[in-house]
Amino acid sequence: MSTAMTLFRREFLSYFVTPVAYVFIVIFLALLGAMTFFLGGFFSRGQADLAPFFAFHSWLYLLLIPAVSMRLWSDERKTGTIELLLTLPISPTTAVLAKFFAAWAFAAVALALTFPIWITVNYLGNPDNGVIVAGYVGSLVMGGAFLAIGSCFSTASKNQVIAFVLAVMVSLIFTVAGTPLVLEFISGWAPQAAIDLVASLSFIANFDAISKGVLDLVNLVYFASVIVLFLFINVVLVNTLKAR
Amino acid sequence: MAAMIEVAGLAKRFGAIQAVDGISLEVKKGEVLGFLGPNGAGKSTTMKMITGFLEPDAGTARVCGFDIQKNPIEAKRHFGYMPEGAPSYQEMTPLGFFGFIAGVRGFSGQEADDRIKIASKRTQLESVMYQPIDTLSRGYKRRVGLAAALLHDPDVLILDEPTDGLDPNQKHEVRTLIQEMAPNKAIIISTHILEEVDAVCSRAIIIARGRIVADGTPGELEARSATHNTVSITATAETLAQLQEPVSSLNKIMRVDIDGNRLIAVPAAGADALDDVRALVRQKGVSVQDIRLERGRLEDVFRAVTTGQSAGNQSAGGAR
Repeated sequence: MSTAMTLFRREFLSYFVTPVAYVFIVIFLALLGAMTFFLGGFFSRGQADLAPFFAFHSWLYLLLIPAVSMRLWSDERKTGTIELLLTLPISPTTAVLAKFFAAWAFAAVALALTFPIWITVNYLGNPDNGVIVAGYVGSLVMGGAFLAIGSCFSTASKNQVIAFVLAVMVSLIFTVAGTPLVLEFISGWAPQAAIDLVASLSFIANFDAISKGVLDLVNLVYFASVIVLFLFINVVLVNTLKAR
Repeated sequence: MAAMIEVAGLAKRFGAIQAVDGISLEVKKGEVLGFLGPNGAGKSTTMKMITGFLEPDAGTARVCGFDIQKNPIEAKRHFGYMPEGAPSYQEMTPLGFFGFIAGVRGFSGQEADDRIKIASKRTQLESVMYQPIDTLSRGYKRRVGLAAALLHDPDVLILDEPTDGLDPNQKHEVRTLIQEMAPNKAIIISTHILEEVDAVCSRAIIIARGRIVADGTPGELEARSATHNTVSITATAETLAQLQEPVSSLNKIMRVDIDGNRLIAVPAAGADALDDVRALVRQKGVSVQDIRLERGRLEDVFRAVTTGQSAGNQSAGGAR
């Protein structure tokens, strides 16, 4: 256990050693603020809730989370430290989990720093704080799913740019699965069951359900399944590095 | 005493290239095995398989009795490995990096601090403990990798080119360190610096094209050289011309070659001709700069066995 904690700590702190963490957090907060107030019309709606705030999380994560996850494994491959890491007494599964949770903890810090908007909405009116908590939980879990995809594709290449682009592409598929763009495209010919299946695989649809205050187990299980699936592939990829 | 590193029939193929082709070896406690070979011979690949970074296509490797494929975590606890190029986390300081290694190895608190102190003292890193590793010179980076491998005082050390990129003083220090640790450990080092084998290794293996082509103590390998046991006389050309005839008529001498201002007397197999040659030179009353017995050069053996000829063939060719 202490082995996993040591690796988690190293990975988490490594974000803050370089300016990457601060740049990321500032951009995340600035973009989220801009979207909430200008695109979401936070004031002009005249409602005391955070719907315009949460509405843009999936799109922001689509671009920013792969930037957090891209270095997890590809950097180790590029600098050769992966040889050091994998010849220490750490199993590949432990290493994958420690790195994933470190990145997730970092994303959680960034998300937590949006707290002024919660204070603001409570100052301006009487929002349903239960719904807001559900929104934050949903956002965190969805961020984890984006991260698992990113971590998985970070193992696929020594090049961080390739890792980033692959992660964005696959995340995009999951993000847009439930949007009219995709659903209208397949609704002409696919059976209703297939349309429902595709719609149910959407990050946006699942996140919307949670952020409306319905903390349904189904949506949480969905995100958890995505995380487990991609981390499993991640472990398999790390193991195939040995057999190449 | 059981061998601490047991390797049997390791093989690895990368695409069309058979990088390692059936390597077997054993290293016992107290032995320092030098792994020699031209670049691309399969030294690093073999080390990567012993340490579990690469999965072999065939064969097994055991460290302190633990199979690296079947029981990887336990095996990895028993060795310290410095990969080629001594990779480390560049944004960390040596202190932070060693703290990470200590934590992964299961040390904490005072014990971790003590071990970091000992390892950094042994590798003379105390003055740079608070500087990010990427600001350090190549020699320091190499020693950071070395210290990380030594930190848990393992029974087995596997070092891929430990002195590459060091200046002569640093090389000497690292060799002294390896010699100090040698009695209590089984050590494998890879190198292409032949003097290093003489300086630190108790045994040397030369590999070429993925196979072991020579295995023995540095002395045994030198004995395979064409110049082994020859007597060389250094003097002016006139003096040598004067000596050539009498030396070649000595009983123990098979053949005499002159190369510039050096005369090389090749003795009959196994004969020690030094005293006879000395006596002859004294008797002739000529002045020479130097008379000595050549040990043979590892470099000749290395070149001979890695380019596909045996050292014996080469000497036979020279006689014709």
